[in-house]
Amino acid sequence: MTAVLRTEDLCKSFGGLKVTQKVNLSLEAGARHALIGPNGAGKTTLINQLTGVLRQSSGSIWLNGEDISHLPPYLRVSRGLARTFQINSLFPKLTPLEAVTATICERDRDSLSVFDRRLFPLTRRRAEIDEAYDLLARLNLADVCSRATHELAYGKQRLLEVALAMAVRPRVLLLDEPAAGVPEGESDEMLAVLAEMPRDISILLIEHDMSLVFRFAERITVLVSGAELVSGTPAEIAADERVQEVYLGKHRG
Amino acid sequence: MTMVTPPHITHLARRERWSRAEIAFWLAWLAVYFLLPKHLMFAAQILITGLFALSLDLILGYAGIVTLGHAAFFGLGAYTAGLLTKVGVIEPVLGLFGAALVAGTFGFLTSFLVLRGRDLSRLMITLGIGLLLFELANRLTDITGGVDGLQGIAVGKVLGLFEFDLFGKTAYLYVLVVSFGLFVVARALMTAPYGLSLRAIRDNQQRAVAIGIPIRVRLTNIYTLGAVIAGVAGALLTQTTQFVAIDSFGFQRSADLLIMLLIGGTATLYGGFVGACAFLIAQNWLSSINAEYWLFWLGILLIVATRYLRGGVIGGMAKLAALRPMGKKA
Amino acid sequence: MTSFLGLLFDGLAYGTLLFLISVGLSVTLGLMGFINLAHGVFAMAGGYLLVVLMGAAGLPFLAALPLIFVVVAAASLVLERTLYRPLYKSTHLDQVLLTVGIIFVAIAGATYIWGPGQQPVSIPEWLQGQFSLAGVDLSRYRLFLMAIGAAITLGLVFGLERTRFGARVRASVERQRTAAAMGIHVERVFQITFALGSGLAGLGGALGVDVLSLDPHFPLKYLVYFLLIVVVGGPGSIMGTLLAALLLGVADTAGKYYIPETGAFMIYVVMIVLLLVAPHGLLGRKK
Ligand SMILES: Nc1ncnc2c1ncn2[C@@H]1O[C@H](COP(=O)(O)OP(=O)(O)OP(=O)(O)O)[C@@H](O)[C@H]1O
Ligand SMILES: [Mg+2]
Repeated sequence: MTAVLRTEDLCKSFGGLKVTQKVNLSLEAGARHALIGPNGAGKTTLINQLTGVLRQSSGSIWLNGEDISHLPPYLRVSRGLARTFQINSLFPKLTPLEAVTATICERDRDSLSVFDRRLFPLTRRRAEIDEAYDLLARLNLADVCSRATHELAYGKQRLLEVALAMAVRPRVLLLDEPAAGVPEGESDEMLAVLAEMPRDISILLIEHDMSLVFRFAERITVLVSGAELVSGTPAEIAADERVQEVYLGKHRG
Repeated sequence: MTMVTPPHITHLARRERWSRAEIAFWLAWLAVYFLLPKHLMFAAQILITGLFALSLDLILGYAGIVTLGHAAFFGLGAYTAGLLTKVGVIEPVLGLFGAALVAGTFGFLTSFLVLRGRDLSRLMITLGIGLLLFELANRLTDITGGVDGLQGIAVGKVLGLFEFDLFGKTAYLYVLVVSFGLFVVARALMTAPYGLSLRAIRDNQQRAVAIGIPIRVRLTNIYTLGAVIAGVAGALLTQTTQFVAIDSFGFQRSADLLIMLLIGGTATLYGGFVGACAFLIAQNWLSSINAEYWLFWLGILLIVATRYLRGGVIGGMAKLAALRPMGKKA
Repeated sequence: MTSFLGLLFDGLAYGTLLFLISVGLSVTLGLMGFINLAHGVFAMAGGYLLVVLMGAAGLPFLAALPLIFVVVAAASLVLERTLYRPLYKSTHLDQVLLTVGIIFVAIAGATYIWGPGQQPVSIPEWLQGQFSLAGVDLSRYRLFLMAIGAAITLGLVFGLERTRFGARVRASVERQRTAAAMGIHVERVFQITFALGSGLAGLGGALGVDVLSLDPHFPLKYLVYFLLIVVVGGPGSIMGTLLAALLLGVADTAGKYYIPETGAFMIYVVMIVLLLVAPHGLLGRKK
């Protein structure tokens, strides 16, 4: 088995509060892996450690066999680790096209000359812009690609979250509740987008919407109070008594 | 093979193309040389201040770094240029390079202190560094002339060819060429992918990190560049007035600069020049009536501006311009 | 040795004044994260009020002090309502520009009314002069300052630890969202503490007319001191502010005496170093 992304006894505490407790998560190549758990279980905090925004208290993180536990966030991105945010975190004043092009230029910065990066106008980067435009078009964002991001409808912003992560050309994609806040009927658009993602991207999906989780995931990990409760196939998870207990006790309102 | 440029490309290119207003703006400065020969010294001062404000626009407007001590770099450049003439380096362009080097080095080194913290500690550290340099210039009387300023600066011919004349003709053209040159560089940087990444950082640091922008490096970089340009502006003032006042380092100068940028509009490249123009003309006029009067109105302006004058003059004009084509379409 | 004791005494009195003025700023910053560079304006207002009340109105010194506290607190509330509140959610840059604007208006106004020079006040006779303690001559007025400072500190600490309102303030500083969820009206809490803090600053300014030398540039001149105290003490911490103020008072007094040629230089160096070593303040907690 080749794990693309793996954590080893990962722990994190804020003062006395233990939010990640000895988590050993493993993401196979091409995985469609869901991470579920009640509010405050520590899912977002886990993502923040994987991406390097937060430093783990102990334990380690491995990406493609390399220990990235102490790598700064931007280098993790350039090694193919991308994420989306539970609460929209976009560039309000940039247009989607600018934001995605910026991401692509950043990804390819080592192959651009100093002049290309610093002195020549952005529109000389036609290849990058075209790639950005195509990506936006695939996510149904082409028609709004020249509007300021803060003007976009919420659903469109949600899609832009995914577009920015895709622009990194990730090998591992961490999606933190991509459908959060999107009205019932419209989450299908998000599912369609997720379903179409190429298989060479391994995906970790955090989601509260169980119908989405069970339609998408091939493997599920349940996190409770920062610790891994159980991992298994959707069928195993659905049948697991402990999981039912957790979700019957604290149902998401 | 000709292809119609798709609209999204045209939209991106709008930021890059030299508009007619821009060309007119620079031609106007050239026209000043011929039309207002009696006011060249004042016009040069406006250009220098505009350049200084541009340097602040780069780090504040584009990169979002809040600072209360930008005058530190201006003062360093001013004193460096002045002191260089005392040790025999009287050629002005060399003086500019010297000033750029000193201010840039200091900017690079202090950037690590400044960029560590968040807004509040950035404000205090920049304020502290500015006051520190002021105090230093104040104490090292032997070198800096203390409160009396650095006097007796003899500046040589530009490139050994053009002598500064009494009417400030050479000085004005010299300032204009240097300002325009640095402006073109700044403009190129801001319309390149580099500038886009800075705007991304300003808009949302968290996301900028998540798309792989090395924000520390980028911010250090632009902070240093801002320091370099501020240093050059300081040096230009020294060379054209042949004097360095100690208030080059003053808090008031940093505050005034923020105000000019606010008046003109941040992240517009031209906001600094427009703001400097409005500010200096108003200051010249009002403080000739009464200095306290000026401070009072400045304060009122600040209080009102933070609530009602978002985007400054340039932002206001852009809004007006945006109204027209929309009206046509409808 | 004697001069050392004298310096310590003067420094502590000076620090007490700085504490009175800064404590309000500390709470403002801790509670709302609002960068109020114009806090010194309230202190200056207190100083000029004393000049007016004792001069033109002919009020006795001790009667003027409480009145100043009330007037400055009330005036600050008006400013809070009209100018500060709209910018709570705004960027720090906007807050800086607004408060720098207020400073400018205050400087211009004070110069217009009282002229650019220093203002003298005549403190009552029983506070003038020196008294001797263990062979050291100490100023009566400074002892009086310290007594007031001690009383107010005790009052503040007691108020914060033992009263219902104090509990609300503490809750709001520590966990704003939780406090709001618990039904604490954070903005109201803030408003009252803002007024109290400004009133204390006014009182400090009045008491310090002689010691700090009152002139129109007062808010700018001491700006760094106030900020330094707040940051070193840790925003929102009363004991931290007190400690930082006393330290700064003693250090500044000693510095001016022993190494006068460095001037304010040392203060700025200390400030930068402290900011780098302890960005959350000496006694402050990480948020
Ligand atoms: N910076 C922080 N400091 C202190 N506590 C924190 C911090 N960030 C998160 N927490 C706490 O850690 C716990 C886990 O939070 P986290 O956001 O990871 O949960 P989550 O599983 O993503 O929940 P949700 O489903 O609501 O998104 C929560 O109790 C939260 O209050
Ligand atoms: Mg979460």
